[in-house]
Amino acid sequence: MTRTSRPETAVAPAFLTVNGQGTPLGDVTPHTTTLDWLRDRGLTGAKEGCAEGECGACAVLLSRPGADATTTEWVAVNSCLVPVAALDGQEVVTAEGLGSPDRLHPVQRELADRGGTQCGYCTPGFVCAMAAEFYRPDRTTRAPRHELDDDHEHGPNGFDLHALSGNLCRCTGYRPIRDAAYALGDPTGTDPLAERRRRPPPDPRHTRVRADGAELVRPTDLTETVRLLADHPDAVLLAGSTDVGVDVSLRGSRPALLVAVDRVPELRHLQVDDGSIRIGAALSLTEVERGLAGRVPLLAQLFPLFASRLVRNTATLGGNLGTASPIGDAAPVLLALEASIVLAGPDGERVVPLADYFTGYRSSVRRPGELIREIHIPVPLAGTAAFHKVAKRRVDDISSVAVAYALDVTDGTVVRARIGLGGVGATPLRARRTESTLEGMPWTRRTAAEAAAVLATEGTPLSDHRASARYRSAMLEQSLLRLHAEHPAAGEEPS
Amino acid sequence: MSSLSKRPAGAVVGRSLRHESAALHVTGRACFTDDLVPRTKDVLHAWPVQAPHAHALLSRLDTRAARDVPGVVHVLTGEDVPGVGDSGDSDDEPLFPTEVCFHGQAVCWVLADSLEAARRGAAAVRVDYEPLPAILTLPEAIAAGSFQGAQPTLRRGDVEAGLARSAHVLDGELEMAGQEHFYLETHAALATVEDDGTVLVQSSTQHPSETQAVVARVLGRPRHEVTVQCLRMGGGFGGKEMQPHGYAAVAALGAIRTGRPVRVRLTRSQDLTMTGKRHGFHARWRVGLDDEGRLQALEATLTSDGGWSLDLSQPVLTRALCHVDNAYWIPDVRVTGRIARTHKTSQTAFRGFGGPQGMLVVEDILGRCAPLLGLEPHELRRRNFYQDGQTTPYGQEITQAGRLHRAWDQVTRTAGLDRRRAEIAQFNATHEHRQRAVAITPVKFGISFNLTAFNQAGALVHVYADGSVLVNHGGTEMGQGLHTKMLQVAATALGVAPDTVRIAPTRTDKVPNTSATAASSGSDLNGAAVKDACEQIRDRLAQVAAQRLGVPAADVRFRDGVVSGLGTGTTVPWAEVVAAAYVARTHLSAAGFYRTEGLHWSSTVMQGSPFKYFAHGVAATEVEVDGFTGAYRTRRVDIVHDVGDSLSPLVDLGQIEGAFAQGAGWLTLEDLRWDTGDGEHRGRLATASASTYKLPSIAELPPVVHVALLEHAHEEGAVYGSKAVGEPPLMLAISVREALRQACAAFGPEGTVVELPSPATPEAVFWALQAARAGHGGGIEGGDGPPPPEADPEAPERRPQTETLLHQLGEG
Repeated sequence: MTRTSRPETAVAPAFLTVNGQGTPLGDVTPHTTTLDWLRDRGLTGAKEGCAEGECGACAVLLSRPGADATTTEWVAVNSCLVPVAALDGQEVVTAEGLGSPDRLHPVQRELADRGGTQCGYCTPGFVCAMAAEFYRPDRTTRAPRHELDDDHEHGPNGFDLHALSGNLCRCTGYRPIRDAAYALGDPTGTDPLAERRRRPPPDPRHTRVRADGAELVRPTDLTETVRLLADHPDAVLLAGSTDVGVDVSLRGSRPALLVAVDRVPELRHLQVDDGSIRIGAALSLTEVERGLAGRVPLLAQLFPLFASRLVRNTATLGGNLGTASPIGDAAPVLLALEASIVLAGPDGERVVPLADYFTGYRSSVRRPGELIREIHIPVPLAGTAAFHKVAKRRVDDISSVAVAYALDVTDGTVVRARIGLGGVGATPLRARRTESTLEGMPWTRRTAAEAAAVLATEGTPLSDHRASARYRSAMLEQSLLRLHAEHPAAGEEPS
Repeated sequence: MSSLSKRPAGAVVGRSLRHESAALHVTGRACFTDDLVPRTKDVLHAWPVQAPHAHALLSRLDTRAARDVPGVVHVLTGEDVPGVGDSGDSDDEPLFPTEVCFHGQAVCWVLADSLEAARRGAAAVRVDYEPLPAILTLPEAIAAGSFQGAQPTLRRGDVEAGLARSAHVLDGELEMAGQEHFYLETHAALATVEDDGTVLVQSSTQHPSETQAVVARVLGRPRHEVTVQCLRMGGGFGGKEMQPHGYAAVAALGAIRTGRPVRVRLTRSQDLTMTGKRHGFHARWRVGLDDEGRLQALEATLTSDGGWSLDLSQPVLTRALCHVDNAYWIPDVRVTGRIARTHKTSQTAFRGFGGPQGMLVVEDILGRCAPLLGLEPHELRRRNFYQDGQTTPYGQEITQAGRLHRAWDQVTRTAGLDRRRAEIAQFNATHEHRQRAVAITPVKFGISFNLTAFNQAGALVHVYADGSVLVNHGGTEMGQGLHTKMLQVAATALGVAPDTVRIAPTRTDKVPNTSATAASSGSDLNGAAVKDACEQIRDRLAQVAAQRLGVPAADVRFRDGVVSGLGTGTTVPWAEVVAAAYVARTHLSAAGFYRTEGLHWSSTVMQGSPFKYFAHGVAATEVEVDGFTGAYRTRRVDIVHDVGDSLSPLVDLGQIEGAFAQGAGWLTLEDLRWDTGDGEHRGRLATASASTYKLPSIAELPPVVHVALLEHAHEEGAVYGSKAVGEPPLMLAISVREALRQACAAFGPEGTVVELPSPATPEAVFWALQAARAGHGGGIEGGDGPPPPEADPEAPERRPQTETLLHQLGEG
């Protein structure tokens, strides 16, 4: 493929395979959402409930690379956020494609029979989110647990209830939906979507869609991406579209150039070796979670609390850090892990410690034309790790306060403390005064209490609709008390 | 047993059928109003211009630049209105206002070939405003004397004498927030002009007849020129009772003006900022109890936040006053209600319709008083239950008190409350940072529209010559399962299989002058009307069948699609009887009608028997509260609820559980915030999106949910012995709030009184438990521990009323 020019004639017309049928995208703009595009074609199963990826009524199944490149995985995504042009060449399945009234898909049958639908508006989205979990290759049947077991969020069929955390239902109270999810069996041998998993997903295409004074381009590799950004410093990077998509649908933003980087190979690696862990910036959080398989406990604590599965299926660490939001949940965790980020630009690459990356509200040292290529996490990891997220709602909510801890406690003494904070200032930040209060001190309740008093004064929290400033400060203080209560030094009783 | 309530053998009612549209729902085939757009040619899309002020005069509206935006076809303004430009029937909700009364109010609408063009056109409209002072909060409105509508007083006995004879007199205040409906489907309307110039409006409305009336009034046409159809709604919850009319009118006006179909569909943020919500309430009360904790007297003033116009605020207030007693006998009562006028969206109907707010007052009182009286909250509540023969403060006799006692005892037994209370005490004694509690609360909720005239319904049933049945009725389907129940009623009345019957979309040209599908009355009213229509046809068919079967018509039986004669072995298939009836020139269509008998209500003296009956329920909820954050989990819920003899158990269970979850959302999680500062955004809804207004998600579903329908609950005066179910179970969620209160108290010393804001968000719970801890006074034992968390010196005084109570109790 030539990389010296981007002749428009080299790009075949964009299309999407919908419920098995190749469909030309036709007259779309770079900002046309997949939801609107599907609905314009009469596929009204996907609904708009919020247009910002919070309710899941628009969820559809999307083919994505499986754990190894030779297989496909069906993941559920919010179609209200993803520009349809960014799906050029891919495969999408909607509720209509899963079954018909006289031939219901197993997921559809369970929901219908158990009272899982009342008004029915959220239902197609639930069907798709539930079907993705139904087809998840590593879903395993487990022994049923006692009903008050802490792990009531997994069914006896291995169904992870978090798969539905991004779907809102206002009618049922969810119990029949949970029952339906936990009653699902395994896909049958002739199930076409199960069958489809055994082959690789479609390759990404070298997309160019131009209309309405704007353009969406999918470069094929990092070199082309960097050159595009150098030529167009105002270009907006598009990976999971979970942030850009909200700007487009809710705030009327219409970026002139969207550069889709979610399938750029150089941004999609995950390497674990003796000195560091390297995470490609465009891997979805779901892919990172699965690839790390719990090897970074702090990240493992973060993922279930990060938005919803629907969002994690496309959202990336690169995007979460790229926006430099003060309330992104990845930043405090990566700060505590002392992560660095690799910025790629026209003049090559540079490595920036994350602690030096943020410069102000939604701003960073990233220059126009640069993009985050990967995230480095140094190893070995600290022995004590905890992520505390305080929010109104337990999952799929934005933090009022987020605190991440990485502590090394040796022989009862805090040798090293790294604490990342979110929600208490214009940027994510390190609680450096608290860290130095802790270091060298015995890890006791008294030390924790003294450090908690310091932590309460870190940052400059504000009052808003999520929480009052004094609650945010109190939560910082309480967080350190909780850390000690849950991780007492050896010999201390946990309380 | 009345003929209305008696069930025939083989009845289809009572079976657990799935929702009649379930197969369409799960396959994405079920059409909602906006799903009709891709099936309609040349649709124009509408986008509102929303005012950026809570209160302002409109000094100039210039739409020229908008009309220059490519794709823009027209900008609708007041000049386009041929009739009366009001979105209600009280002339206090102008469709195109000259005075802006809330932040986000639409001042005009842009119509364009695409939604994108309409949006751009709206951004190009030039509007000049002269901002005016705005009243936002209830305390501001009360201080300014800003009220609207009537100020009724519900009165019985002599409240001063009642308080004087009470051993304990306590007083307090409670402010409770409102709630956003957050139906997943936002408001939508699609209007088309028919060949004869009449208008068809597809509308997501709970009240098609009123939508029709408002549209006709705006267009200046008689109602027979306007047809409103509602296919189904993606949730309503009361939010689509009064609020859809204006959007339907905009669509109709646009269609008349341009000749093209016009679609209005609000985005979520538009819906949140433009449409009404559950009323927030403020209550100030004085209560008297005797030495045994029996309520003697209650005096209260309830102030609701009506927003900028009256809408349904007056009947909502009436219902609040009529539910301030909940399940409790209070001899002397004086409760006054008033409606604040604020510069916010016009608050409206929401599941429970004031009942939840009224009920919360007395449950809050009992929850706060119990520790002061040295009684367990469940004991205090049980002790005050009504007995048969007593009357409510508005004079309606109590006849089913035993049902509440039965439900209460059943929950106590099946939930193992005595055992679990001991386990919880053990858990709390051994856990410093987590505390649990279980609370049990009752619901008694009156069924019928307070306004007697609304308690009527119609139906139109056709039997086609092949035996298939089409049912039209005046109720709308919003997910509550009304159509499923009506299908079961029709199949029962005609003695046919459920799949013989189809329910048609609700249309004003099929059944006229309908009441809103509201007040939980949909099944009661429409069910009786459907049954009436079916029985007319069945009686005619019986004449035909009687000849074939050789029995008197009175001895013909219809069951499971088979027609038989008593005492004969001969049977004839339903379809054959119908075919024969057609040939014999029998009228196979009938209009049914029903009006609820025995109701009377005087709104001037607030006395009467406004309710056909009461629905009852009891819930016990266990929570665990985290002392570090105030975050909580609901661990288990046990419910027994009275639905009479259920028409459709799967539907009724769904209504109970869904209402409970929605009520729990109102009381604990959902948090409407307006900008109440003095800056330029004063009055703006700060929680105007799904990312800032959080509903319960599946993660809030308790691990254990046990719901049972109360047995032996036949309702004599209602269709096939059933009871209404839509609203009453919402108030079962008060048990969640009371459990949180008790768990917060567990962080403090024995007898701690906890005042809990509503909603009890984690932050609110945290401060409540901190206050409880502060009451403890001592440090944490064990030497090397942190100091107990301090009460915040900047915190506003949180417990002045409690101190008054404690003081008075000390004197009593």
